[in-house]
Amino acid sequence: MTDIVKTADMTKTPTNYARQFERVALLLVWALTIALFTFLIPNNFLNWGNFSIMFASYAPAALLALAIIIPLTAGDYDLSVGATLTLSASTIGVLNVWQQMPIGWVLVIVLLMGLGIGLFHSLFIIYFRVPSLVVTLGSTSLMSGVVQLITNSSTIGGIDNSLIMAAVGYRLFGIPYAFYYALAAALVMWYIFDFMPLGRKLLFVGRGREVARLNGISVNKVRVGALCMSAVLASAAGILYAGVLGSADPYSGLNYLLPAFAAAFLGATTIQPGRFNPWGTIVAVYFLATGITGLSMLGIPLWVTNVFNGGALILAVTISQITRGREASDIG
Amino acid sequence: MVLSPDHTVPDPATRPGARNPLPVLSVANLSKSFGGAKALHNVSFDVMPGEVHGLLGKNGSGKSTLVKILAGFHAPDDGGTLTFNGERVSLPLKAGEGRRLGMAFVHQNLGLVPSLTVLENLRLVELTRNGKAFINWRAETAAAQQALKRFGLNIDPEERVDRLTPVQRALLAIVRAFEEIEAARAITGRPGLVLLDEPTPFLPASGVAQLFELVRSITRLGSSVIFISHDIDEVMEITDRITVLRDGEQSGELARADATHEKIVEMIVGQSISRGQGRKSGTNSFPVYARFEGLSDKMLQPSDLHVGKGEILGLTGLIGSGYEEVPYLAFGARSGASGRITIEDGPTFDQSTLTPAAAIERGFALLPGDRHGESGVDSLSIVDNMFLPDIGRFFRGGLMRNGAMVREARELGKAYEVRPNDPALKLSALSGGNAQKVLIARWMNRSPLLLLLDEPTQGVDVGTRQQIFAALRKAATEGMSIICASSEAEQLAEICDRVLVFARGRICDEITGERLTKEGISEACYVSAGPASQSNPTPRVA
Repeated sequence: MTDIVKTADMTKTPTNYARQFERVALLLVWALTIALFTFLIPNNFLNWGNFSIMFASYAPAALLALAIIIPLTAGDYDLSVGATLTLSASTIGVLNVWQQMPIGWVLVIVLLMGLGIGLFHSLFIIYFRVPSLVVTLGSTSLMSGVVQLITNSSTIGGIDNSLIMAAVGYRLFGIPYAFYYALAAALVMWYIFDFMPLGRKLLFVGRGREVARLNGISVNKVRVGALCMSAVLASAAGILYAGVLGSADPYSGLNYLLPAFAAAFLGATTIQPGRFNPWGTIVAVYFLATGITGLSMLGIPLWVTNVFNGGALILAVTISQITRGREASDIG
Repeated sequence: MVLSPDHTVPDPATRPGARNPLPVLSVANLSKSFGGAKALHNVSFDVMPGEVHGLLGKNGSGKSTLVKILAGFHAPDDGGTLTFNGERVSLPLKAGEGRRLGMAFVHQNLGLVPSLTVLENLRLVELTRNGKAFINWRAETAAAQQALKRFGLNIDPEERVDRLTPVQRALLAIVRAFEEIEAARAITGRPGLVLLDEPTPFLPASGVAQLFELVRSITRLGSSVIFISHDIDEVMEITDRITVLRDGEQSGELARADATHEKIVEMIVGQSISRGQGRKSGTNSFPVYARFEGLSDKMLQPSDLHVGKGEILGLTGLIGSGYEEVPYLAFGARSGASGRITIEDGPTFDQSTLTPAAAIERGFALLPGDRHGESGVDSLSIVDNMFLPDIGRFFRGGLMRNGAMVREARELGKAYEVRPNDPALKLSALSGGNAQKVLIARWMNRSPLLLLLDEPTQGVDVGTRQQIFAALRKAATEGMSIICASSEAEQLAEICDRVLVFARGRICDEITGERLTKEGISEACYVSAGPASQSNPTPRVA
């Protein structure tokens, strides 16, 4: 038996410094980015006002990226979060501004609508077994059409001031509340993902559906829950978006979709590499936001921001893959 | 000894009269380290033309590492050489290099694309070859049909692979590999090599016989086969020479003539394991724990069976005979099934109302045969895999006690001798046998009342097998009821109190007492699958 003990010692995994570094790599890159822009724009970039605006204005995007990682963890794609955000913001505009409905009721309706969207997706994805990519792609187009219908393709201004105040009016440490809502969502998701059985269930459903089922997990319920949560969270992102802008814009919400996906995958290379994780997602969103803010302050044309978003995503995921050697990717 | 002229290699048909033919594959001083650990240490062997060379070893003996080096998946350490038909091959092997040389692999997962047709799978290389402007489907179909016919396989080339039986799939994969090396041989004029990595565990005896026929037909043409298996009897039957690995080193090489079962086991394990002689429990009777009536699904005709408290009930038969369905039906894991279940003196309930969750609630546990697809998740950690069905237990005071989970997983890993015992590792980091230990530990730790097993020791080395058997016996004496579906008669004879033999979806024999031996069970399988079943395919059991 002595040689067995020896084998056990020999095969004990040595601390993998590359892996340890990978956890914080994106944070370091973020810090370097900040340092670089501080050097390039000495007076205006690194000040609290600038950053607090950035933190607040990207809060809807952060919420959207958080929404995406729930079904992604459970093995389903939700491409419709961008459209859900737009529909939610537009509905607030239509009901609150045009129909003069009290904002409180409007928010309840919008969140319920999010739940409805999630159930609608679930019906086709789980009951009729249509691939999630197809269903949510279809519903993106469907909802975009509905938005054009209800808003007459126009931006609706004059949304209830209390919503605007709740989003960007009040500040803590100089940062508008909007940011803290996103942070709170990340905190709750972190708790669910890492400290509740539900998080493990999500993970097992995503990685091995049959394994999960045979271990007594109600796979369908978990998937329905994930799709509903993502739609509700995307609706909440729409509320935040309306609050931050003070108006309902029927088009720009869709532009958030790809950056949000970029952030979700980028976030899966950091903090807990190999898993979609809320803190990684938050870091990724604000890393991308920092780059875009800095570039626009340098007066660099708009197309560069798209190049930055896409380039950063591909580069980060590639580097993450290289540190793993030939091991298969866990995500995507 | 390796090249001694008197061993039993048939004269290669390709080089008639050659006194000392060149080995097809010559491996010399191959080593591989992972981090500090040596997975393979100075391994050398030759495979002669027309030879079937057996490669044996426990899980973790370096066998898989060797295969992965040959497949170009790992780069070996400096110093090792690989020579193919006298041509020194640069290492690591580049993709496609093996194909050019005439080396083909059939891995246990077979490498078939389930959603494509037999034709598309069989002619994959031809159909995707560069510089081809047009696919002549008629010619491709003819070529596929010819290949299938040559090896006596009666499969429609247009059939989707996922609609084939497991046996047909395995044979298809092997035919494809053989076709591949024959294609290479047409160009190089030199013998090729097919490596079969545990092709038999899914196959019934008749399938194994068919497979061996395939193997012989290729060696008759002068090409060689490396045959990897845990089944020592099979290895002794088909191979000419055997190389055994232990702890990454070569523990020996044997000509078949010199090999005995005991000798091989000793070389694999490093110590003699006395072979099980059955429990011979004779007329032991157990109070009935679970009774299944009219249990049926697509594969299984309505069947009645029961398992006693503390009894180990074996289920066997040829593949496709329906026995392998029973554990899943008893767990509520398959849809479209029916039957009635009674637990002890409880009320009888309908099988269709049983879900895996409800079964777990009742204290049932199922260890599926498909380790990667149904039992464990490779990309997640050992600890998560171990406690999947009872994560709820670690949720205390509103928090998952991740630390407690890891501590308990390490304890459990120690008890079940999981190596390496690091709960944070991914399940994929473990060898097959060790992964199986983790998954068995998952269920045994819950002390289920009824443990349902499907091929629990498939792809598991001899030593681990004994550990698993011991754990099962201990659990049974403590009152756990166990139903074990397996195609391995030897294993059933060793652990079971009673064995039911299935044929064509029906129970056709019950074996207890004296007859409960490897031979008795095998014989019952063949008798049951014999002429009687041909004449009368669908009578129903009352």
